[in-house]
Amino acid sequence: MLKLPIYLDHNSTTPMDPRVLEAMLPYFLENFGNAASRNHSFGWQAEEAVDYAREQIAQLIGADPKEIIFTSGATEGNNLGIKGVYEMYASKGNHIITSTTEHKAVLDTCKHLEKLGAEVTYLEVQPDGLIDLKQLEAAMKPTTILVAIMYANNEIGVIQPVKEIGAIAKKHGALFFTDAVQAVGKIPVDVISDGIDIMSFTAHKMYGPKGVGALYVRRKNPRVKVTAQIDGGGHERGMRSGTLNVPGIVGFGKAAEIAKTDMAGDTERVSKLRDKLENALKLIDETYVNGNPAHRLPHVSNISFKYVEGEGLMMGFNKDIALSSGSACTSASLEPSYVLKALGLGDDLAHSSLRFGLGRYTTEEQIDFTIKAVTDTVLKLREMSPLWEMFKEGIDIDAIQWAHH
Amino acid sequence: MAYSNKVIDHYSNPKNVGTLDKASKSVGTGLVGAPECGDVMRLQIEVDEATGLITDAKFKTFGCGSAIASSSLATEWLKGKTIDEAVKIDNMDLVEELSLPPVKIHCSVLAEDAIKAAINDFRVKNGLAELVFEQSHV
Repeated sequence: MLKLPIYLDHNSTTPMDPRVLEAMLPYFLENFGNAASRNHSFGWQAEEAVDYAREQIAQLIGADPKEIIFTSGATEGNNLGIKGVYEMYASKGNHIITSTTEHKAVLDTCKHLEKLGAEVTYLEVQPDGLIDLKQLEAAMKPTTILVAIMYANNEIGVIQPVKEIGAIAKKHGALFFTDAVQAVGKIPVDVISDGIDIMSFTAHKMYGPKGVGALYVRRKNPRVKVTAQIDGGGHERGMRSGTLNVPGIVGFGKAAEIAKTDMAGDTERVSKLRDKLENALKLIDETYVNGNPAHRLPHVSNISFKYVEGEGLMMGFNKDIALSSGSACTSASLEPSYVLKALGLGDDLAHSSLRFGLGRYTTEEQIDFTIKAVTDTVLKLREMSPLWEMFKEGIDIDAIQWAHH
Repeated sequence: MAYSNKVIDHYSNPKNVGTLDKASKSVGTGLVGAPECGDVMRLQIEVDEATGLITDAKFKTFGCGSAIASSSLATEWLKGKTIDEAVKIDNMDLVEELSLPPVKIHCSVLAEDAIKAAINDFRVKNGLAELVFEQSHV
């Protein structure tokens, strides 16, 4: 039986894996200790559980457990990673390089630092969503302390050339920070071979609980330090104070362990479903897949259906299918996705986009249902669209003088 | 954000989707909005020369559910009205009828603008001066 509603918004968050929940449960009631309590068994148990999770997480990304700093999530990790480097390496320089398609937690952190005296270069991306490595190389300066480029994009799923980025940063003596929320647990990420110095990621995008994340901070070649952004008891090697979220961390560890063992199988299954969905939807006239198809997460597809508006489109099936649109019709600004605009898409195509994010529990039956629902709604709305009618009549829509409101 | 039942109803079963002959002297066409803003409405009225009544109204809309519902409802209200009555349709009446939330008020504004643009198109075609309107409520 097809179970509705269908969840296709896995870039936003994932459901917890039942195995993760099971691992967490004892740490709410029986083993509730504070991992920082050094004098009794409750504390020791909690500390042991945290250490075990730290190891599970470190193994997923090829790190040493000591290099894992627990945070409340990736927004905190991005803040700590970027602000922490800016403060710690202030004597070395004040220049940061990032890109225009980063998550707001990175962009707004950089904007905040600009007010404090940082110089920030925002690299434009190419039409396929990838940064241009030559532009990165050209942007490097003697004062560059940090290159902050995401591993994979949350809206279009494109995977940046992290190895090359890491190498360029290293060559110029800068650190490489990456927001890897969308990548860790989904595709192989290895901090050594990828040349990553600092990396933020989070549990709830990989079938773990919300409210817990981690910052990888390299300890060797080079030894990296970040200035704490929260003052207190000096937990997490002094980089992040605050009582550890033990059940959350246990769940994060279990989620990382499962991701490592199930990744190859999950990827094979999910990418087949994604391709089936994408190939079927591409059969509709005037549809465009956004982002480089060869360098892309296996579970993401972002498609613009020209001449229909994304939110109107979603309304055709949103009681049955949950997904996101690049249209921002509900926001006060009425601005569509800045990521899609950064690819050079016109606002009209950005308004017409849907993001499909498949996951571990997505079934073929759900994908078949989605293909039909989306196709039917696109065709129905085009019959209602004045732009589609003009397009069919051969009228150049771009040549019309529209009154912007 | 949840849509009201009336918006869902107009979206699922829109009234008066279609196209009237824009070249006809008895038809007024209003095309408002912009693709970059995510809404474009085309609203058309057909006016009976003898009675001055709007005998038919059609729309096509590119936009969200609230934009589609606003234009669908507007065409329903237009039919059977005189031009003078049609001019008086206020966007806030659409907002009230459809229970549009504040972020969707611009959809109703667009529908009101479309009505006025259609009326002016009709007037100009028939040798009458364009009406000048004050800004509607945003």
